[in-house]
Amino acid sequence: MMQIKENAKQYDAVIVGSGAGGGMSAKVLADAGLKVAVMEAGPFFDPKDPETMTQLKWPWESPRRGRSTPSRHFGDFDMAYGGWSLEGEPYTQKGDSDFMWFRSRMLGGRTNHWGRISLRFGPIDFKHRSHDGLGDDWPIGYEDVKPYYDKLDKLIGVFGSNEGLYNDPDGFFLPPPKPRLHELYYIKGARKLGIPVIPSRLSILTKRINKERGVCFYCNQCSRSCNAYADFSSGSCLIFPAQNSGQVDLYNNAMVRKVVMKDDGKAKGVSYINKEDGKEYVIEGKVVVLAASACSSARILLNSKAPGHSNGIGNSSGVVGKYLHDSTGSSRAGFIPALMDRKVYNEDGVGGMHVYSPWWGDNKKLDFGRGYHIEVWGGMGMPGYGFGMNMDGFNKMMGFPQGGYGDKLREDVKRYYGAVIGFGGRGECIAREDNYCELDPDVVDEFGIPVLRFNYSFSDHERLQAKHMQQTFEELIDAMGGKVLGDTPTKEQNYGLNKGGEIIHEVGTTRMGNDPKKSVCNKYQQLHDVKNVFITDAGPFVSQADTNCTWTIMALAWRASEYIVDQLNKQNL
Amino acid sequence: MDRRDTLKTLLITGVAGGAVASTVLSSCKTDEPMIAIPESKLTIGRTPSERERDQALLDNDFLTAEELTVVATLCDIILPATSSAGSATEADVHNFIDFIIQDIPNLQTPVRGGIAWINNEASTRFNSSFVDATEEQKMEIIDDIAYPDKAAPEMSSGVSFFNRMRDLTMTGYYTTRMGLDDLGYVGNRANIWDGVPEDVLKKHNMSYDPEWLAKCVDQEKREDLASWDEEGNLLS
Repeated sequence: MMQIKENAKQYDAVIVGSGAGGGMSAKVLADAGLKVAVMEAGPFFDPKDPETMTQLKWPWESPRRGRSTPSRHFGDFDMAYGGWSLEGEPYTQKGDSDFMWFRSRMLGGRTNHWGRISLRFGPIDFKHRSHDGLGDDWPIGYEDVKPYYDKLDKLIGVFGSNEGLYNDPDGFFLPPPKPRLHELYYIKGARKLGIPVIPSRLSILTKRINKERGVCFYCNQCSRSCNAYADFSSGSCLIFPAQNSGQVDLYNNAMVRKVVMKDDGKAKGVSYINKEDGKEYVIEGKVVVLAASACSSARILLNSKAPGHSNGIGNSSGVVGKYLHDSTGSSRAGFIPALMDRKVYNEDGVGGMHVYSPWWGDNKKLDFGRGYHIEVWGGMGMPGYGFGMNMDGFNKMMGFPQGGYGDKLREDVKRYYGAVIGFGGRGECIAREDNYCELDPDVVDEFGIPVLRFNYSFSDHERLQAKHMQQTFEELIDAMGGKVLGDTPTKEQNYGLNKGGEIIHEVGTTRMGNDPKKSVCNKYQQLHDVKNVFITDAGPFVSQADTNCTWTIMALAWRASEYIVDQLNKQNL
Repeated sequence: MDRRDTLKTLLITGVAGGAVASTVLSSCKTDEPMIAIPESKLTIGRTPSERERDQALLDNDFLTAEELTVVATLCDIILPATSSAGSATEADVHNFIDFIIQDIPNLQTPVRGGIAWINNEASTRFNSSFVDATEEQKMEIIDDIAYPDKAAPEMSSGVSFFNRMRDLTMTGYYTTRMGLDDLGYVGNRANIWDGVPEDVLKKHNMSYDPEWLAKCVDQEKREDLASWDEEGNLLS
């Protein structure tokens, strides 16, 4: 860890956060010759460091066999240091709100474990109000972002296929892997119902794109972050290459508290708490780029109270924290008798689905506003904690003898291995002003920084969409000759709708717009109020599409970063 | 004598005569421990605080030696050795159970209480502890609690306990090398996925749609640097 003095050197840009948005900003700004500081609240992490690696480890190497822990919510092998709760860093709720906020404290942030589902937003997604009267249009359109998506596809690598779908646009794809057996069953079942299925689009290298990164070797463990750098993680694919320019200083374990202002109404830099000595430091930059995640960046703005900015900087509109929304989610699993007693072979494949269904419905004919896509899982994966439990659930369904001991159990486990398929619907929640995060006036974290308080609820658009997901999943399982597992979630259970934040696609807290009274930043993600502060995480999103947000975070971060370089060159900042 | 040494002794005196432990014994040479007791297994990447927490749990024993012997006995009733696969205790499943009930504290009372239940049952029926009961006596109790849909209502506590032990033993076993080999799992290694094997496709009456297949990766060219034309068509 580098020692930072109070009067640190002056940077061209100070970037807060090292995930998808921060990594992309660091890469673009450093490549343009700017001197960049990257502030990360967690430790350094390199996927190929044997000290921290979990990829290719065996279940027994975890004493709990991969079960989740308070420090790894997705299980002992998952590469996210954190989860929906962090020790010493609480958040609170208003009323009966129950928003779940996932944070990963490490270099690369949540990109080290994410699903790599890399979908573009389509033309309709940027102008949805014009199509259905709900939410708001973005101040930019698909044509503004397309060049950056194109560059992104080539720089980072994403497999998929050009299908000519209007709102799920084509790109520059690496070739997708062949479907697995359960995915062939899915394709067959979905086609019976008229639901489209296409190769999935994941940022995993099925083919070489440069000398620095390896090619996928099909271990199915992208959630553990790839030591060959064959999946997209921000550290291995953006931060490390950016560091090669010699232009980037990385500050780990640096918890940013606020943006520090100068008398001229511009930002001077940021102040942060060095977790190693507990002291606060100021780091200065000509430009501050917040990419700490939608909610963290909103929190930093709200905590940056300064003369003339009594509600936090960038917040003369009062919009900071508002319009928070996460993807909708609802899931279901089914048991496919035709997949019993399988021949066992290696079908690990890539770390995720090989096929998926983009939204196919026409919302004008439905009782909810926006669509969802279907993610598919199944197959003969590596056993972990929970494997082999409750074989009687299947025995009951099949009318086979229950319970017992000895050889029968060995037969049961082999009979049902790979016979379950699961679906996750991931859809669009309509952005609303009254879904927000704000500072809790009474609660601080262990660093003394006021924490966020959430206020989040659903409308019937989301609930009825989840109902549609469940109906569709049941029809799909039926069309595959399978049996649905569990009971149909009821209206009282919101039709199985995940809590806000559970899908970990939170966006919208610092929305972009042309009107400074109704938005936090402009279409280049520059604060209306403070022109040398930019936001390159998902905060500036006006709306979440029925896809996932990461590819758009990066395309927009690239676009905003090019604008920063341009404006610095013109001495406008 | 620490708990693990006690366990060895107890297993020899308490279980060794029974059929369930015969494989354990016959597979072991006299100068080796009856049951493999591994050193710390923290070979996965851990943060410093995770390492500390896990090591503390691993160093601590929750179950007494007597309780662990009951668990080990049940483990090997649930998964005895076969001609091709070792037993649950050979896969060290009993020690996994001792760990996992520390990791999931709400399992502690059900497991400890279940052990007491089965000892009470043996005591009532045979004036013996469960472990000291004869093989036939043990299996008489087990057969009363191993079949959830057939068990007598008054056996429900024992059924719940045995269900739990079955689940923990199964998951503990099938997450070991021995379990993966028994299952036939051959993944978790570098390989090149090139589709479902032909014989499997045939058996399932499936085939790859030629139009779909044409989009998929040609694994012969995986190392060729990707390039595209302006329309996004892959050239390499």
